[in-house]
Amino acid sequence: MSHIHDEKLKKLELIANRLRQHVITSVATAKSGHQGGPLGMADIFAALYFHILCHDPKNPGWDERDRLILSNGHICPVRYAAMAEAGYFPIEELKTLRKFGTRLQGHPERLRLPGSETTSGPLGAGLAQAAGMALALKMKKKTPYVYALTSDGEHEAGLHYEAMLFAGKNKLDNLICVVDRNNIQIDGNTEDIMPLEPLRKKYEAFNWHVIEINGNDMEEVVRGFEEAKSVHQMPICIIAHTIPGRGVSFMENNYKWHSQPFKEGEAEQALKELKGIEAKLSAEHR
Amino acid sequence: MISKKAKLITDLKKAVEVPTRNGYGEGIVLAAKKNENVVVLCADLTESTRNEEFKKQFPGRFVQMGVHEQLLAALAAGMALEGKIPFITSYAMFCPGRAWEMVRTNICLNEVPVKIIGSHAGVSVGPDGATHQAIEDIAIMRPIPNMTIIAPADVIEARKATIALLDVDGPCYARFAREKTAVFTTEDTPFKIGRAEVFRDGTDAAIIACGPLVYNALLAAEDLAKKGLDVRVINSHTIKPLDEKTILAAAKECGAIVTVEEHQVTGGLGGAITEYLSQIYPVPILRIGVQNKFGQSGEPKELVEYYGMGVSHIKKAVEEVLRRK
Repeated sequence: MSHIHDEKLKKLELIANRLRQHVITSVATAKSGHQGGPLGMADIFAALYFHILCHDPKNPGWDERDRLILSNGHICPVRYAAMAEAGYFPIEELKTLRKFGTRLQGHPERLRLPGSETTSGPLGAGLAQAAGMALALKMKKKTPYVYALTSDGEHEAGLHYEAMLFAGKNKLDNLICVVDRNNIQIDGNTEDIMPLEPLRKKYEAFNWHVIEINGNDMEEVVRGFEEAKSVHQMPICIIAHTIPGRGVSFMENNYKWHSQPFKEGEAEQALKELKGIEAKLSAEHR
Repeated sequence: MISKKAKLITDLKKAVEVPTRNGYGEGIVLAAKKNENVVVLCADLTESTRNEEFKKQFPGRFVQMGVHEQLLAALAAGMALEGKIPFITSYAMFCPGRAWEMVRTNICLNEVPVKIIGSHAGVSVGPDGATHQAIEDIAIMRPIPNMTIIAPADVIEARKATIALLDVDGPCYARFAREKTAVFTTEDTPFKIGRAEVFRDGTDAAIIACGPLVYNALLAAEDLAKKGLDVRVINSHTIKPLDEKTILAAAKECGAIVTVEEHQVTGGLGGAITEYLSQIYPVPILRIGVQNKFGQSGEPKELVEYYGMGVSHIKKAVEEVLRRK
């Protein structure tokens, strides 16, 4: 059982719902961007920023903070939403996503947005940087965790496997890689484009400790991270099975919502559905 | 005449030969003593990239990466984000060659102080052949914002350059050669990143060179002097940022330029000088280097001659460019 009260779980679920609404609003305002992945990962971002991460939104460069590397930079709308909700910057700023002069670039840039840890977008490079940070932290005898959030599609990139080998060799137990196993990528379903299964066995073969969770079940998400932190002498992979487009009926499990622009009325419909879920959660919460 | 300020050896013909990569090997140990954040990442080439002494003296700061050049660059960016100063070492063909996008995005766009050490640059790698002879490396690094690029002329300058990389608060690429080349600078020869040095005075024409071929440029100028030509020789070890002041002065005072590098004639030093002068002070320029070809197996000096970078080729180019003046 996880060490978390039902009340806290409900609170995190409500936050995840708000993050989803921010994703819809900001991507609709930008008229471009990605929705499927961000909606699927909202529960994990809510858990990280509001329960798991040791961080200080008012001091993003704090030396003792846990590091969060977003390897699949394209799902940044949900990270931006989580950062705004956590107090890194005003929620109002989410409307600037992808616009000229914004700190909220189409793919995250460290030098523009403090707290984004690294510049990312080109797939397969996040785990490598996270492993470098984890190794450097060990050299400095510092204890923060480095979380690398990755997509399943980017597991086709060779560099990712180079980093897996390296982390296994160096027993980086301060490195937690989360795989968003939503089974979609731009051109279709991952198992049609380039089959990844057996994914768990791949990590195990590279000397990683593997945890599998339902990434849209808050209790499992929290429990997964808690288990990850109890592992020693091995890097940890959390395979999070998620539903792309989670929370919006017409977007769920459809690879086309990786990034297709909203047509008229679609964003409104999505928000309506999410607000319905919010009302239901709030009622349960009371 | 050899510039007095250059403090070169007195008799160029008596130069001993040592590979510039050895200068990196000596320099990295000194750099590590100077700054405790220096770490070395090695891609299964400890001996040939001259990391053995560093590994012996600083085992806790030496990271064996295996044959993973993309990881070498990306992981170093992560370490640099945590305050380390990683020197990432491989053959230039593989890093920066294979790792270009990681160098651009993870290192340069992030503006982190990763130092890329590319050994085995140029056709003078010799018998290993075209696959291992990096002659496009400067060209692929040069357009990337925030990048500093250096090609030391001999082993002494290579040592100085390695230590000086610490003074650059950002990404750097330094290229080194596998084979023995002439040692013609001295401890007293000035070296500052970003400042080209006039090694020989003259006003009839200027040869602007980088890397070990600066030596060939000096020999060519010495021969041309016997014909009554005063040819300036400039060691432009820093290709980016280019020392525009020294180059513009050479164009104005000499009126004709030959560039020399062991690299494709496009995109390297010759490219940089041509691009710069064509906009501000056009003068006739000829570029010595590899002319849009791949290398091949052979003896180092034999290949330098075959690809048109020998002393005789430089002399011929100076005479030709003078006719266009």
